[in-house]
Amino acid sequence: MALPYSKQVIQHFNKPHNYGKMKNPDGVGEVGNVVCGDLMKLYIKVGQNKKGQDIIKDIKFETYGCLAAIASSSMLTDLVKGKTIEEAIKFDRKEIVEGLGSLPPIKIHCSVLAGGALIEAIHDYLTKNKKPIPQALNKRHKQLAAEKQTIGKNRQVC
Amino acid sequence: MQKIYLDNAATTKIDKKVFEAMAPYLKGDFGNASSLHWFGQKAHEAITKARQQAADFLNCNFLEVYFTGSATESDNLAIFGAMRAAQKKGIAKPHIITSAIEHPAVLEVVKHLEKTGEIEATYLAVGKEGVVKVEDVQKSIKENTVLVSIMYVNNEIGAIQPIAAIGNWLKIKNQKSKIKILLHTDAVQAVNYLDCNVGKLGVDLLTLSGHKIYGPKGAGVLYKRKGVELEPIIFGGHQERGLRPGTENIAAIVGVGEAIAEILNSKLQILKIKKLRDKLIDGILKNIPGTNLNGSRESRLPNNVNISFDGVEGESILMALNEKGVAVSTGSACASGSLEPSYVLLALGCSVVKAHGSIRFTLGKYNTEKDINYVLKILPGIIERLRKISPLK
Repeated sequence: MALPYSKQVIQHFNKPHNYGKMKNPDGVGEVGNVVCGDLMKLYIKVGQNKKGQDIIKDIKFETYGCLAAIASSSMLTDLVKGKTIEEAIKFDRKEIVEGLGSLPPIKIHCSVLAGGALIEAIHDYLTKNKKPIPQALNKRHKQLAAEKQTIGKNRQVC
Repeated sequence: MQKIYLDNAATTKIDKKVFEAMAPYLKGDFGNASSLHWFGQKAHEAITKARQQAADFLNCNFLEVYFTGSATESDNLAIFGAMRAAQKKGIAKPHIITSAIEHPAVLEVVKHLEKTGEIEATYLAVGKEGVVKVEDVQKSIKENTVLVSIMYVNNEIGAIQPIAAIGNWLKIKNQKSKIKILLHTDAVQAVNYLDCNVGKLGVDLLTLSGHKIYGPKGAGVLYKRKGVELEPIIFGGHQERGLRPGTENIAAIVGVGEAIAEILNSKLQILKIKKLRDKLIDGILKNIPGTNLNGSRESRLPNNVNISFDGVEGESILMALNEKGVAVSTGSACASGSLEPSYVLLALGCSVVKAHGSIRFTLGKYNTEKDINYVLKILPGIIERLRKISPLK
């Protein structure tokens, strides 16, 4: 049974935006697990806007996963490219689903994964540059790290 | 865009001859086979003809053929029916042997009955080739074993199981024992290609499906050897000698009969399909690095190709092929609404990652060499593109 994917999902899958490895990224976020069938790697390059705020100057992804995972990654990069770090931290992953028109319920987790990759990339950037990490971001980062560990443990058996 | 169908293990295109045989029973010949008047008798005759067509193919008596609503129903009837018949004879908790790679129509039934505490179950492991060992069946027999249910051919990897060897061994064993152990085989994938002579196979129960053999959906067959006791699982009528009540779906039954009769004439097709299958396997393995064939190459159905592609996930390959007009399926059940990788591939010892990256191509009698050439032309580009997106290099 083919899942009912929206036109936008198919378009992003056929011609994904901003994919590939980034040379010398300022931050990298990796979420998911090959064992579960989804692995996302998100690279960001940070620059400054005219006001001197940190912005996501460039963004790239590498994704192993289904069509929805690839389309969600592509959509995410479109949505957050050019945003300030402050805005990107507050990014609502529901925007990915809206941007894609829709995702089948069973594939919503792909957009959640993409949102997580962004959190991780920003966390990585802030940590590396010894910048203050907002509490909410730190909390999400810890949750993601914990999830990763449980997944690893649960899946070792299979 | 050309459309190429390479998912014949899922279902097949209905044969024109089959459709034409069915059509009158969806129009003017609408009678109920149980009615005594002319309309009813016409329907009754149609069922009798279909029953004989199935019997000719299986090499059995036509009264040993039972029509059901699907192969899933046939499997359920075989397992529930055998279990209840055994319980009726005083075996409080019968033991059933099956394999880890059965179709859910068998596996889920056995698991369900095990969970409710009605049976004991043994799930035979398979090796890398995906083939059950006869010795493992022999070793698993217990005092309360009443049924062995092993598929003739696995639906995901096309691995052919040693049904005749199991059947012949059981026949000898049963001569000396009080409890007769029944052998059921789900032959749904096998019927187009392998010998289904029930005598040679030594089976007591055999399931087949209409829509996998260029026939209609909603039509299953259960062969039940004369003398084998099964309790019905549906009640409410005398149809199919009380084993499967419900007004017969005449058109579907006529269709399944006609489709079975067509198999008798398809020996040459098998060679053609096998040649195309080998071309597809060799072409993929040779031209795309990081690929491997899942399951046995030798003990394999002539129409099945199951390949794992390193670094890419199956559903994305499926959808990319779909965009180019080629219909395949994932070995992983991802597309069927579950995110779990294929339990069949995992049972072969395949890694979870390899299981996630698997694609099943199943050929049929309508495929041509042109189809295979087209797939071999577009597939390397698709895999290359998806690998570029993937972080796994």
